[in-house]
Amino acid sequence: MSGFSRTVWLVLRKDFTVEVRSLEIAYTMLFFAVSCVLIFAFALVQEGRAPEGGAAGILWIAVAFAGTLALGRTFERERQSETLRALLLAPAARPAVYVGKLLGIVALLLAAEMLLVPLVALLFQAPLLAHPVWLALILVTGTIGFAAVGTLFAAMLVRARSRDVLLPVLLYPITVPVIIAGVRATAALLQPEMDAAVIRFWLALLVTFDVVFVTLSLWTFEPLMTD
Amino acid sequence: MKKWFMPAVIVCGLMFAIAPVLIAGAPYESTMGLVQKIFYVHLPSAWTFLLAAIICGVASVRYLFGGAARQDRLAWAAAELVVLFGAITLVTGPLWARKAWGVWWQWDVRLTASLMGWMVAVAYLMLRRYGGPGSDKLAAGLALFGMANVPFIYISVNYWRTIHPTTNVVPTLPTSFGVPLWFSAVSFLLLFVLLLRVRVRLEEQRAKLDAMYLSMDA
Repeated sequence: MSGFSRTVWLVLRKDFTVEVRSLEIAYTMLFFAVSCVLIFAFALVQEGRAPEGGAAGILWIAVAFAGTLALGRTFERERQSETLRALLLAPAARPAVYVGKLLGIVALLLAAEMLLVPLVALLFQAPLLAHPVWLALILVTGTIGFAAVGTLFAAMLVRARSRDVLLPVLLYPITVPVIIAGVRATAALLQPEMDAAVIRFWLALLVTFDVVFVTLSLWTFEPLMTD
Repeated sequence: MKKWFMPAVIVCGLMFAIAPVLIAGAPYESTMGLVQKIFYVHLPSAWTFLLAAIICGVASVRYLFGGAARQDRLAWAAAELVVLFGAITLVTGPLWARKAWGVWWQWDVRLTASLMGWMVAVAYLMLRRYGGPGSDKLAAGLALFGMANVPFIYISVNYWRTIHPTTNVVPTLPTSFGVPLWFSAVSFLLLFVLLLRVRVRLEEQRAKLDAMYLSMDA
C-alpha cells in the first residue's frame, strides 16, 4: 500500500474506531434526521395526505441538515485536546488526511440515508425503492459533493470563533447546486414514468461537481490548514 | 490620499447629479413605460456587482496561494462592495419585475445565481466579522469556492426556464436609451473605484497602526 492510501486508511480507521465506541454522532444525527422528516411531515401533510413530489425535497433537506450536524460534531471532537493539530503535525500528506476525513463523513451520511430512504418512502407514499440502482447513484454522488465542501469548511472552521453557526452559513450557499441536482434527479425518479434522460443530466452535473470540488479541496486543504 | 482622489469625488458627485436628468429625459419605452427607467440603475449596479465579485475572487485566490496582505485587503473591500451593489441590484430587480412579469421574484437563472453570489459575499463578511483570528485565509477559501460554484448554479437553474432579458439587447439600444445607460454605468463604475479605494486605504491604515503598536511592544 502506498503512503497516501495508507494514511487515508489510518485516518478512516481511527475515526471509525472512535465512533464505534460511543456511537455518539451516529445516534444523534439519525435522531435529528428523523425529527427533520417528521417536522416536514407535520408542516406539509394536509388532510392526512402528503403533497405531490414533496418526498424528494424532504429527503435531501434531512440529509443536508443531518450532514451539517455530523460535520460539526466530527471536527468538534478533533478540537478537544487538539487532536486535529496532532493529526496535521504527523508526517503524512495533508490531502490524505482530508480524504480520510471525507470518506468517514460520507460513510456516516450513507448509513443515515439507508434509514431515511425507507422512512420517507413509507411516510410519504413515495416509490423511492422502485429503482434502487439509480437512487443509490444519485445519493452517493450527491453525498460526496455535499461532504467534500463540508469536510473542508468544517476542518478550516475548527480554528475560527462561532464555528457552529458559521458552518451552515458558509456551507449552504455553496452546496445549493448539489441540493438542486439531488432533488431534481430524485423527483424525476419518483415520476410514474421514470425519465432516464433527465436523471442522466442531473447525475452528470453531480459527478462534475464532485470532481471539481474534491480537486479544489485537495488543492486548498494545505494552505487553508496552515496557520 | 492620492492626488486624483478629491477631483474624482467631485466628478462622481456631478455625474450622479446629472444622471437623473438624463434618465428623466430619455424617451418612454413603448410597452413598459415608466417602470423601464429602473433599468438605468439596475443594469449598471448589476455590472458593478459582477465586477466586484470578480475582483474579490481573483484577489482571494492570489492571497490564498502566498499572496501579500494587500490582496487580502482588496478582497475584503471588494466583498463589501459586492454586498452593497448586489443589494441595489436585488432590490431594483423585483421592483421592475413586479410590473413587467407580474411577480416580485422568479426562480430564473440570473436571479438565482445573483442571489447565491450575494449570499456567499454576505457569508464571507460574516466569517471575517465573527470568525476571529485567522479568518482571512478561511474567507479567501470561501471566495474561491464561491467563484467555482457560479457555473454550477448557472447550469442547474438554466435547466428550468429563463425569462430574464438577455444582455444582447444592450448593443442594439437606440442612442436615446443608450446615452443615459452608459452615463449611468460610468457613474457607478467611478463610485465603485472610489469606494474601493477608501475601503482599502482604511485597512492599510489599520495595518500600519497595528504594526506601530507591535513595534512599541518590542
